[in-house]
Amino acid sequence: MLKLNVDGVSHDVDADPDMPLLWALRDHLDKTGTKYGCGIAQCGACTVHLDGQPVRSCQTRIGDVGEAKITTIQGVSGRVADAVQTAWRGLDVVQCGYCQSGQIMSAIGLLSTTPKPSDAEIDGAMDGNICRCGTYQRVRAAIHEAARSLA
Amino acid sequence: MLKVRQTHPEAAAPRPSRRSFLGGAGVAAGALVIGFTLDPAKQVRAAAGPDLSSAPAQPNAFVRIEAEDTVTVLIKHLDMGQGNTTGLATILADELDADWSRVRVAFAPADAKLYNNLLMGPIQGTGGSTAVANSWFQLRKAGAAARAMLVSAAAEKWSVPASEITVSNGTVRHLASQREERFGALAEAAAAIPVPQQPKLKDPSQWVHIGKKLPRLDSVAKTNGTAIYAMDIRRPGQVTAVVAHAPRFGGTVSKVDDKAARAVSGVIDVVTIPTGVAVIAKDTWSAMKGRDALSVTWDERTAEKRSSDAILAEYRETAKRPGIVASEKGDPAAAIAGSAKVIEAEFTFPYLAHAAMEPLNATIERAADGSYDIYAGLQFQTIEQAVAAATLGVTADKVRLHTQWAGGSFGRRATPTADYIAEAASIVKATGGKAPVHLVWTREDDMAGGYYRPMVLHTLKAGIDAKGAITGWQHRMVGKSIMIGSPFEAMLVKNGVDSTTVEGASDTPYAIPAYRFEVHNAREGVPVLWWRSVGHTHTAQAMEVFIDELAHAAGADPLAYRLGMLTGAPRLSGVLKLAAEKADWAKRSGGKGQGLGISAHESFGSYVAMVADITADGSHVKVNRIVAAVDVGVAVNPDVIRAQVEGSVGFALSSVLRNKITLTDGVVQEKNFDAYEPTRMSEMPVVEVHIVASDAAPTGIGEPGVPVIAPAISNAIFAATGQRLRSLPLDLSGLKGV
Repeated sequence: MLKLNVDGVSHDVDADPDMPLLWALRDHLDKTGTKYGCGIAQCGACTVHLDGQPVRSCQTRIGDVGEAKITTIQGVSGRVADAVQTAWRGLDVVQCGYCQSGQIMSAIGLLSTTPKPSDAEIDGAMDGNICRCGTYQRVRAAIHEAARSLA
Repeated sequence: MLKVRQTHPEAAAPRPSRRSFLGGAGVAAGALVIGFTLDPAKQVRAAAGPDLSSAPAQPNAFVRIEAEDTVTVLIKHLDMGQGNTTGLATILADELDADWSRVRVAFAPADAKLYNNLLMGPIQGTGGSTAVANSWFQLRKAGAAARAMLVSAAAEKWSVPASEITVSNGTVRHLASQREERFGALAEAAAAIPVPQQPKLKDPSQWVHIGKKLPRLDSVAKTNGTAIYAMDIRRPGQVTAVVAHAPRFGGTVSKVDDKAARAVSGVIDVVTIPTGVAVIAKDTWSAMKGRDALSVTWDERTAEKRSSDAILAEYRETAKRPGIVASEKGDPAAAIAGSAKVIEAEFTFPYLAHAAMEPLNATIERAADGSYDIYAGLQFQTIEQAVAAATLGVTADKVRLHTQWAGGSFGRRATPTADYIAEAASIVKATGGKAPVHLVWTREDDMAGGYYRPMVLHTLKAGIDAKGAITGWQHRMVGKSIMIGSPFEAMLVKNGVDSTTVEGASDTPYAIPAYRFEVHNAREGVPVLWWRSVGHTHTAQAMEVFIDELAHAAGADPLAYRLGMLTGAPRLSGVLKLAAEKADWAKRSGGKGQGLGISAHESFGSYVAMVADITADGSHVKVNRIVAAVDVGVAVNPDVIRAQVEGSVGFALSSVLRNKITLTDGVVQEKNFDAYEPTRMSEMPVVEVHIVASDAAPTGIGEPGVPVIAPAISNAIFAATGQRLRSLPLDLSGLKGV
């Protein structure tokens, strides 16, 4: 039995320590807001925060998480998160929406460390998040908008 | 031909609460034999015609107003990101004069009669960019009828003439007596009013929502993790199944050793089904580990074992022979023979995977009475219900469908064989329905699972006279038909010509004096399917790049050259001129690695032109900016239209630059995003979208943005480098630095 702290709540998880955090979240803790897209850290749909840092949960073994605080799209909060989600809604970024949990978690991670990112910094932080619907133009605009609202 | 008897279609109708407005869906029981009369290519063009306006007013089917004052619009289509839930709700809400902040959506159940796609005959399904087009009059009438019923209810309640009552923003008012009620308070009384059959529709000048920016109805749920996709369905006692499929198309299970798989912790069962071997486990990870531990011997005697290169080489040989004539005019051979210049070209197109972000998956649960519930991103509900019922050995009325938000599709979820739904049903059948089964395809299953955009080869030959005018055009296409062998064959294949192979070429709007378009239907074991914009994905590239070549051979401006041959196509000319104007086409310079390229194409009744601005640096091409002009008739949600065109660029760009599915001895080589990499943020050009003002009935925009991207970029590369790239993905390796 492993203990995982997810969205501020401690959970016991009865699973192999090798299990990727993605599947523990989705199948054992019902945190389905975090998505499976590729399983090989190519698409970023599974992005969550470990102690505030964006990580790909499909490549994070639950046995390695330890006491780190896991934050998912369903529990993320605070000034930066609010600004990002508000900008996403104001610009109607989403299409199918399946990748957007990951996009938003990556964007929150970026703005938490880089409050006023340049386009190149946005490329650097967001290139690991695939959106097959091609919403990138609005993702970029929403990050700039969130940065403005936080300034 | 798939024939299905539906005996109790109302069994799947929504069950609104007692307080809900307008009762149930009210479908007459009775046998319904499903036939297929689908012809999207032809019928979408009829969208502007009178046929759809005769749809009956069915407020019961499409709107529920609850006492707590919410307006729920029932959506008969799948929303896979194209925003049709917002678009369809807008249409109804406008005629109803609903308060947008109170508008909700719910996906309709399967009901081929009530919820059929009016452009697909008696089939409920989403495709061909028809959602708004086929629903336009249907939902306006439903909204107008519901509004009239609310007005009648208020008139009775207040004892005033209905003609003195006004409605706006979810409130019904009688000014003279200063009375007003919200919709919710009138809902119950309105439900008792007979449905008016010919409700008066608004004049466009009265529209309050149509044509304006409205917030998408799915934005909040899709930004906080609460939107439920098929992948997120969790039924009590649910198990997860992952299937080992044959490595080659057409392979079947010969022998299974599942001992090691069964020993994997969490694995519950292993069953052989027609499409492979299913490992059933308590969670996805255990099921995947169980599958890794399986040892399966495949019977590949009849499997497709050729490489894609070998298949393409056969296409090339085939193209030397005359094919089936799709369309012809005059004697192009003679016309070309007498030309001042003759130009020939070959275009090849690879298999393409749809690669939607949400891999294919579905959950099927057996109810105590032996009926079933299916939860998935259902796109062809009538077919999916019929196929599941046949697989499960029940009648269709025993299968209820629950359509979920879909994480993309691009055509893949609309499969005439309902392949993955049938697979899930097979597993439920094999396990006796003991537990709800969630079938999950991994990314690798999804990408290597076939149903690709067909591989296609085009050969073209045309002549121009001394003044540069086209004299004759000969065009041959080779590829596997999507429709032959499908239930749609009888309707969509005429004299051996599959309209989904030749659309966008054989019906070219360019005034060409003599032409012949021919097609060869290749035979191969690779399953093929429509991929966002279907035949137009390749015909637009062949047509628009070759026209560009001819324009240059004629020494003409590619824009003026096109316009000169489009005098009979005012809407296509219109978007060309608008895109050119907004992109400063007239002031372009070109060369030195910088260039603009233009293209235009009509698909699914919508007209799109694009100007691409690119920079070529050695073998690297950067697409800087795309200026698009679109004419989709009435722009129901301009912002959703812009989003679809922006997204089309992001979606299609990787297929222009690199994506291809290849087979080596029959085995698919690209299995995940590392080998089949979608467009990424840093590659995304700036996209500017201009919408032509129009009062024509609306057509779709889910697909029509896609076809013009590749030719606009290809033509821009020519302008920048003088080098003509035709085949997709573009082979940039040969580009010489400039």
